[in-house]
Amino acid sequence: MINWKIQLKGTWTLLKKELLRFWRVVFQTVAAPVITGILYLLIFSHVLDSRTEVYAGVPYSAFLIPGLIMMSLLQNAFANSSSSLVQSKVMGNIVFILLTPLTYIQFFIAFLIASIVRGLFVGLTIYVLASFYIDLPIMYPGFVISFALLGGGLLGTFGILAGIWADRFDQMAAFQNFVIMPLSFLSGVFYSIHSLPPFWQKISHINPFFYMIDGFRYGFFGQSDISPHLSVAIVLTFFIILAGLSIRLLKTGYKLRG
Amino acid sequence: MEKAIVFKNIKKSYGSVQAVNGINLTIYQGEFFGLLGPNGAGKSTLINMLAGIVKSTSGSIKAMGFDVEKNYQEARHSLGIVPQELVFDPFFNVREMLRFQAGYFGKGRENYNWIDEVLERLDLTEKAFTNMRQLSGGMKRRALIAQALAHRPPIIVLDEPTAGVDVELRQRLWAFMKDLNQSGHTIVLTTHYLEEAENLCKRIAMVNRGKLVALDDTKKLIRKNSSKNLNIKIDSKDEQKVLKILKNFKVFIENEILTITLEKLDELNNIIVLLKKNKIKFFDIQTTEPDLEKVFLQMTKK
Repeated sequence: MINWKIQLKGTWTLLKKELLRFWRVVFQTVAAPVITGILYLLIFSHVLDSRTEVYAGVPYSAFLIPGLIMMSLLQNAFANSSSSLVQSKVMGNIVFILLTPLTYIQFFIAFLIASIVRGLFVGLTIYVLASFYIDLPIMYPGFVISFALLGGGLLGTFGILAGIWADRFDQMAAFQNFVIMPLSFLSGVFYSIHSLPPFWQKISHINPFFYMIDGFRYGFFGQSDISPHLSVAIVLTFFIILAGLSIRLLKTGYKLRG
Repeated sequence: MEKAIVFKNIKKSYGSVQAVNGINLTIYQGEFFGLLGPNGAGKSTLINMLAGIVKSTSGSIKAMGFDVEKNYQEARHSLGIVPQELVFDPFFNVREMLRFQAGYFGKGRENYNWIDEVLERLDLTEKAFTNMRQLSGGMKRRALIAQALAHRPPIIVLDEPTAGVDVELRQRLWAFMKDLNQSGHTIVLTTHYLEEAENLCKRIAMVNRGKLVALDDTKKLIRKNSSKNLNIKIDSKDEQKVLKILKNFKVFIENEILTITLEKLDELNNIIVLLKKNKIKFFDIQTTEPDLEKVFLQMTKK
């Protein structure tokens, strides 16, 4: 048996490498999504602030910010693990990790935490910048933190799965454009699902992004489309299922070991 | 002698293609061992199975007594593998990569001096802070070798380490490997440069079409499977006459050079006597030593 200090050092090293990887290209991995988020905020709030009020007493700009923060957090958590894995596979340097004694659990934990950190970093930066624009108090910090961590974890895990599956950059781009983008845009970032026709409301309920954004928004305003406790349970269930699947694939070496 | 690596009836198939077909091989601790074979013979598959990058179809492999699948953590701690492909991580510099690589094996600051020594021995010190992307092909190869050594493994496996590498690095690398071998490290080498294998490896295994076709002490292998040649330059008008005189020997003539394969060294004297007796003039005479290349060609064409 390898002692726990060696195991811990191994996990920490992989995590540090993953964190440093995105930090080396911080303009691409943090600054770019922050700018996009802020642009969404400026344009949509300018057009819709005086015309729309989704929750009573909450201006549209304030309603929009938690959704934008969560959307960026989720997209970036996904991008971190998926891009790192697919890049390492295409360039062949995944071999440096495969040759080590790191277990599939260590591998999973390091990639998961790095994804959460990048997601949180992007989300927090948007929050700080948006605070200069509009006053945005947090009513239930526990819910905000829980949904941020769970959302980052869920999409980080989803990214690991996509990274294991994809063998080429275009496959990953397809995954991002045809799965992640529609799910995040159709999740209630810009609107409440109560404003949708009943059929589309039902469709929204099978989108896990909806629960993450709705629950996260509850943390800010104390108002949501469905119970935040139910949202926590649903997001947690999705996370457990996807985490179980990625751990299983990492254990069998699917598409990683010949 | 203690065993370093044991391949036990190892097989690997890709669909209907049998890449490795029942290889049994034991490499002992402290050996400088050569694994040779033509392209596609199964050498890299064998190494990849040892490394855990490829799973065997059947059989078992042990490194320092640990099964590479059941006790993969312990097994991988004992292995430092230099992959054949020139791969690198474009985000980091050489020193960072080496520290990360050692870190995956649980090595921290206490290992930094060793990393500096590896950099020095592979002439990479000046490039320590250079991004991997900016290194030349030869430098990338050095960094790849350094990465395999970063956690100071007892077994070092080099899969074609000198492909595309200049003479100076080759000499430096082999000097370093010899030192490591003398300090107790087991070295396993695959190479297409047979002269290197002949000079460095005490024992050699040859694989062909997934099977082990030869395994012996390097000198014995050459002696057993290759003969000494006697080359004599003669006048072209004597060629047919010589063939008749030496009809009991293995003779071959090309461009006035008579090549005779000597089964025993005593034959040399008989040949000279016969030629003199028949008044054959010869202008030059030399013998060529048997070498690994001849053995390799002989073993792999079977």
